[in-house]
Amino acid sequence: MTSFYQTPEPAGFAGIRSWLITFDHKRIALLYLFSILFWFLLAVTLGGLIRLELMFPGKTVLSAQMYNSVFTLHGVIMIFLFIIPALPAVFGNFFLPIHIGAEDVYFPRLNLLSWYLYMAGGIVAIVSLFSDGFPDTGWTFYVPFSISTNTNVSTAVFAAFILGFSSMLTGLNFITTIHKMRAKTMGWLQLPLFTWSLYATAWVQLLATPVITITLVLVVVERFFNVGLFDPARGGDPILYQHLFWMYSHPAVYIMILPGMGVISEIIPVSARKSIFGYKAIVASSLAIAIAGSLVWAHHMYTSGMSETAVFVFSLLTFVVAIPSAIKVFSWVATLYKGAIEMTPPLLFSLCFIYLFSVGGLTGLVLGAAGANIHVHDTHFVVAHFHFTMFGGTGFAFFAALHYWWPKMFGKMYDFKKAYIAAILVTAGFMLHYVPMFVLGLQGMPRRYYDYLPQYAAGNFFAGFGALCMIAGIGLMMVNLLASLTRERTAGTDDPWGGVTLEWTIPSPPPLHNFDKDPEVMDYPYDFTKVVAAGSGAASMDSETGK
Amino acid sequence: MASESHIVEYKTLGLTLAALLVLTGVTVGAASIDLGWINVWIALMIASVKAGIVLLVFMHMRWEGRTLQWSFLATVLFLAVMIGFIFWDVAFR
Repeated sequence: MTSFYQTPEPAGFAGIRSWLITFDHKRIALLYLFSILFWFLLAVTLGGLIRLELMFPGKTVLSAQMYNSVFTLHGVIMIFLFIIPALPAVFGNFFLPIHIGAEDVYFPRLNLLSWYLYMAGGIVAIVSLFSDGFPDTGWTFYVPFSISTNTNVSTAVFAAFILGFSSMLTGLNFITTIHKMRAKTMGWLQLPLFTWSLYATAWVQLLATPVITITLVLVVVERFFNVGLFDPARGGDPILYQHLFWMYSHPAVYIMILPGMGVISEIIPVSARKSIFGYKAIVASSLAIAIAGSLVWAHHMYTSGMSETAVFVFSLLTFVVAIPSAIKVFSWVATLYKGAIEMTPPLLFSLCFIYLFSVGGLTGLVLGAAGANIHVHDTHFVVAHFHFTMFGGTGFAFFAALHYWWPKMFGKMYDFKKAYIAAILVTAGFMLHYVPMFVLGLQGMPRRYYDYLPQYAAGNFFAGFGALCMIAGIGLMMVNLLASLTRERTAGTDDPWGGVTLEWTIPSPPPLHNFDKDPEVMDYPYDFTKVVAAGSGAASMDSETGK
Repeated sequence: MASESHIVEYKTLGLTLAALLVLTGVTVGAASIDLGWINVWIALMIASVKAGIVLLVFMHMRWEGRTLQWSFLATVLFLAVMIGFIFWDVAFR
């Protein structure tokens, strides 16, 4: 059967040019995949430079000014160009229409426009680096410093502004697609959990992103026209900026993590050959996280000088968000209990996800409690916490998704052994990298400092060593995945894991229009009766070579 | 039905425009009377009514399906909560 790679090319648009004008959701997903991987590897390199600089006291590889720009650029790229779009834009675009039995998303042209906006935002960010110097404000662009610094804040902020539009349009597209294009026989409670997570995410993207978009415009207005919005010297309120910034940027954390949770909810039942525990509870918890997660933004601001009443209210609300997150973790573990578990690379990444995300979540409670927060605010403890949730969570979910859906997207399987080694290297490096940061934070080492006192030297050295292990693991993972593309198509990739959602009912790679006949929608999306009876799955593949 | 197209009569559009102009006049009139802090609330209420009329008639929300209507209300609720929650800070500083 002809796959979407063999789509006829329009006249005058051969090769790569036919991809640049495509409306096919699968091709757009792959455009996102390779551009996102580029940004990810760039930001990993910048992160590596930061840790190399901090590995030894004094100047190592960067000047102080360059260090400030590098950690800002690392944050901006990782947040706006990798973590926010990674799962929805790549795997959402590719699999959401297939999961619901549709031919494409509801607005295919808008989908392509989103990708162009994404690329434009990235290019503007790079331009700002080479014009007047990248901002030294950190990715949060806090006022009044972001208004007074001479670095190129306006261009970087404009880049984030463009990227915001890309994110909103993707969210709008997904909501409309799920409402209007589901297979006729597919009700809401027959949706796969990844689709549900994308639905909850899309609402947050659509509602919260305009807040940051307008806020960033206001920063530019203040810089160019001297309007006193946030700068106290001009009669503005700097705390208002923090409110507006975190109104988006905290819900954005859930834009990042919810699709990751959706990925794990797909992989765990397939790997355990067992119906997911608490389908409805997971759906409800996704929506609850989206709603409750939008109400806790000011827990980033306990030391900002806002009222004590606000500190109390937002601290209380923060603890509420832990409940739906815990429901998910409990459901995943309960699904594995007494399951016929078969170890595969995506499952290994998923198990690492559960552990790392749980540590991230629990240390989040330390930060959510106002009393404890005051002591570790703006220290390395915070850096370790958000990397445990964002990288240990979303990053590992992205790796899991890559390994889970790679054979479906390309019709080729990677080497399992290398994938396992990469997973172990990344996880071990991760622990060695971030656990010392928890200790450094509790000892009082502030974040974003260029140099430090001698008592922090050991922790920083270990963290730097861990970073090198992690980068080696990521490198091996990328080489392993990309090397598979040079091989011939692998037999048995139509359903290598024994999955039951609709993407596993069609050939790998999928045909242009996804389904040649109306898809058969199951009453319940995680019914493994037939898979267990047939004994199919990864066990039928050679785990040494993945073939 | 949300998917069915509909054409609003000129008469309805004209009446809507007239209502908006009248309400603009009321806003100007109300602003010229000094009622203290109530002035702001009156202006905001009139503006809300005008926004509602525009949404319902000019933007066709009145004829849309329930999903779109609820989606719109969700955005209004979100905005209200966002602004409202800032007062946990501002009102108690």
